[in-house]
Amino acid sequence: MSSTTGKDLTTGEHGTAGSLVNDPLAVGESAEAFENPGLPEHRHRLSDASPAGAKKVERQVALIFGLSMLASIVGVWGYFAFPMDATLGNVRYSTLSIGLGLGLGMLGIGVAAIHWAKALMSDVEQVDERHAQRSDDQTRTDAVQLLKDGAQDSQIGRRPLLKGALVGAVALAPLAFVVPLVGNLGGTWNVNAMRHTMWRQGTRLARDPDGALIRPEQVTIGSVWHVIPDGLNESEHMLEEKAKAIVLLVRLDPSELKVQPGREDWSWQGIVAYSKVCTHVGCPVALYEQQTHHLLCPCHQSTFDITDGAKVVFGPAKRALPQLPITVDDEGYLVAQSDFHEAVGPSTWERQRPIRGEDY
Amino acid sequence: MASAPTTPAAKLAAGTGDFFDTRIGAGKLVKEFARKVFPDHWSFMLGEIALYSFIVLLLTGTFLAVFFVPSMTEVHYPEDALPVTMRGVEMSEAFASTLHLSFHVRGGLLMRQIHHWAALLFMASIVTHMMRIFFTGAFRKPRELNWVVGFTLMILGLLAGFTGYSLPDDVLSGNGLRIADGVAKGIPIIGSYVSFLLFGGEFPGTVIIPRLFTAHILLVPGLILALVAVHLILVVVHKHTQYPGPGRTNRNVVGYPLFPVYMAKAGGFFFVVFGVLAIMGATLSINSIWNYGPYDPSPVSAGAQPDWYMLFLEGALRLMPGQTEFVTWGGYTVSLNILVPGVVVPGILFTSLAVYPFLEQWASGDKREHHLLDRPRNVPTRTGVGVAILTAFIILALAGSNDIIATHFHLSINEITWVFRVLFLVGPFIAFMVTKRMCLALQRRDRELVLHGYETGRVVRFASGEYIEVHQPLTDAERWVLVQHEPARPLEIGSAENERGVARPGYKKLQRRQKVSNFFFADRVEPVTPAELAHAHDSHGASAVEGADDHASLARPERESLEAGSGAQH
Ligand code: HEM
Ligand code: FES
Repeated sequence: MSSTTGKDLTTGEHGTAGSLVNDPLAVGESAEAFENPGLPEHRHRLSDASPAGAKKVERQVALIFGLSMLASIVGVWGYFAFPMDATLGNVRYSTLSIGLGLGLGMLGIGVAAIHWAKALMSDVEQVDERHAQRSDDQTRTDAVQLLKDGAQDSQIGRRPLLKGALVGAVALAPLAFVVPLVGNLGGTWNVNAMRHTMWRQGTRLARDPDGALIRPEQVTIGSVWHVIPDGLNESEHMLEEKAKAIVLLVRLDPSELKVQPGREDWSWQGIVAYSKVCTHVGCPVALYEQQTHHLLCPCHQSTFDITDGAKVVFGPAKRALPQLPITVDDEGYLVAQSDFHEAVGPSTWERQRPIRGEDY
Repeated sequence: MASAPTTPAAKLAAGTGDFFDTRIGAGKLVKEFARKVFPDHWSFMLGEIALYSFIVLLLTGTFLAVFFVPSMTEVHYPEDALPVTMRGVEMSEAFASTLHLSFHVRGGLLMRQIHHWAALLFMASIVTHMMRIFFTGAFRKPRELNWVVGFTLMILGLLAGFTGYSLPDDVLSGNGLRIADGVAKGIPIIGSYVSFLLFGGEFPGTVIIPRLFTAHILLVPGLILALVAVHLILVVVHKHTQYPGPGRTNRNVVGYPLFPVYMAKAGGFFFVVFGVLAIMGATLSINSIWNYGPYDPSPVSAGAQPDWYMLFLEGALRLMPGQTEFVTWGGYTVSLNILVPGVVVPGILFTSLAVYPFLEQWASGDKREHHLLDRPRNVPTRTGVGVAILTAFIILALAGSNDIIATHFHLSINEITWVFRVLFLVGPFIAFMVTKRMCLALQRRDRELVLHGYETGRVVRFASGEYIEVHQPLTDAERWVLVQHEPARPLEIGSAENERGVARPGYKKLQRRQKVSNFFFADRVEPVTPAELAHAHDSHGASAVEGADDHASLARPERESLEAGSGAQH
């Protein structure tokens, strides 16, 4: 085998590894193997043998082409027949008639052509020779010589200064293209912006999406409220702010609530507010199970226990959902005490690091 | 030119031919390519399906691009437009124009649906085409580079799909983008900056749709088009591989000529693919975005699914336990729960596919050209590896639907997730072992067939009173398919010292290489040789004549040679 597989690793200091193969096409030609029996005899088809058979195929093919033409005409008719300004029914008929016309028109051409090829065109197999990809030795030698001559002409080998200058210039030139491109892509690059939200001390909680303000007595035990900061819908960067500021509000029986140390006054009579942005990769955590008080993220099923600081009980998220400290203002509406005390949403590399110049 | 053309049509043809030949030497091209031979097999159509669905994508995509508005400017959907549920709703122009395209442009909904079905078929055909190339060994020398080109096309196909899926700016695709944003943020050190780079600032921003649009209609298809050209040129340069069979050798290619047979068959097949996709677009609704609504960061429904080719990433994200996120000394967060499924798992999956041809060649040491395809059973380790990769992919994709499985079968999501976690770790190994064993068993059956022929069901009684079943020997052509392949054996590296008793340098490296080679080729069943066949016939004859004595050994006559074949390290 090793004579034909082209690599002999059994001997020699350097081995003959990598030595050139004599005949790269010699596969399956060993003397101890069976001999290829050669192409089988050609068998004729019905349509080859009888002119009537061939005539029949001709008629079939023509018929299928004919059906294709008919279908294409139906497709064009469908365009004119169903104006798209009135009813959903018209939308359906237009789609169906144009689509079936187009589809059957195309399908007909395909079926007819393939039938033609299979039944009428010659089915005698033909044989082409293969040649090895490798150029012959003379061509290789010539090629190498040509390259050497060219390199010689350029004098690049003799003038290292030019080599260095060329490499330097070519390496630097693209920068004037790439730097503006990449530089502009990130907008302000102020990545710390995502560590703050619209919530401030006194921002009222409002219902998503209509913006109605919320009084604690409206929040009955077991009900769940999707909440946005009041004024969000009028803010300049509405979607960006909303993507960070969405909150879920739930009222629990205070006896069920395990208050987290340091957060004794963050809830209001059993009403707790948690960020709705999943700490995994940021989907809205929208599903609330009343019996278990679990919040489920529909994207990858991270499950958070709302009675216990919204800690993760299952799934690919690690961190608890950040809690929004809330209270009630003079007019009896639910309000935030401050922004979240940590960055909401997916983990970033620097989320736990202080922001320079801010005590966060 | 033998005789001067006489009919007007013939004159026109001759004139046209002369026009092009005297300007671009068309004659030489026709002579070179017109009767080029292509082998025939259904599995060679998989690449064609990919090509044709790509052309359908270009055509329907052009239609869509005429009416789609890639802008995130907020508008209110007109009060007199369809569908009724969207009237007055605030949405981006991208979403509004998609609605308009679906309900107020004749043929618009049709083109959207054809486009989406074509995208799904494109990815499906790419993946099955890749499987055909892998399992038949069509990637072997000299086609390794074309494998790499094809692999790049697959990645570009994923990108094309993801960028296109996100364009309508609906709730579902918007959440897909949000997941992409979260994964980007999880990259150590530069994650936040990558997120800003993609979205031009904070998510979602106002530039992502126009950016995706440029990528989806210019960059990605441009690259695909260029690489498809390279891919097909290489197919012509190498000439297509063929399955082994009588008359087919490593030095020839047997089949039908490009003109007219392939022109008609392959050309016709394009119309079949287009036709089927158009009929699907007409009758099967897909991605009805008005049921989801425009993107809003707040709502999301359970059971939402990305297109099938992204499911494996989704599944990987679902399986990774969250405990793997940690904070380093100094307060930096490392999100292995995102890095592993989002970067490491697909990285391993894709890298191992991309480099596989080179790895196998390194293990076999075979530097020859291979134009005859392997029957997958004849390369048990490769086939096992392929099935293992496929198994991992399928398990991840199923895990990407674990919520649907849970609600459908009334199972607990936690338990299903645990089952998939375990399956993902052990499934590929089991798949590898089982597949490899099955290949070896199939090869043994092939040997059995070659040595003893088909069972005829006819039983004959000998004078000695013993019964045997009459076997019908294979024809030469039938046998050839089962015996034509070369046995692949592990690399031989010789002894650690050379003839003069000096230690060979680099021998450690060689030993490592031999280990890999053994993994690939040590377990094997070698094809029957003419000598073995002659021996089997002799003993058959002898037993027929001499009666019972030889029958004990006849029962499993190939056994010895098998063991010799599978154990030996020549
Ligand atoms: C845009 C996607 C692709 C298109 C349009 C495409 C198209 C084609 C076509 C038409 C052929 C000839 C017919 C056939 O053997 O099926 C072919 C051959 C081939 N393709 Fe692809 N392909 C694509 C992706 C891939 C991928 C993902 C791989 C593997 C990583 C690949 C590897 C190959 C190889 C090695 C051949 C030569 C096969 C042989 O000669 O037996 N291609 N491709
Ligand atoms: S985004 Fe919530 S689990 Fe992944």
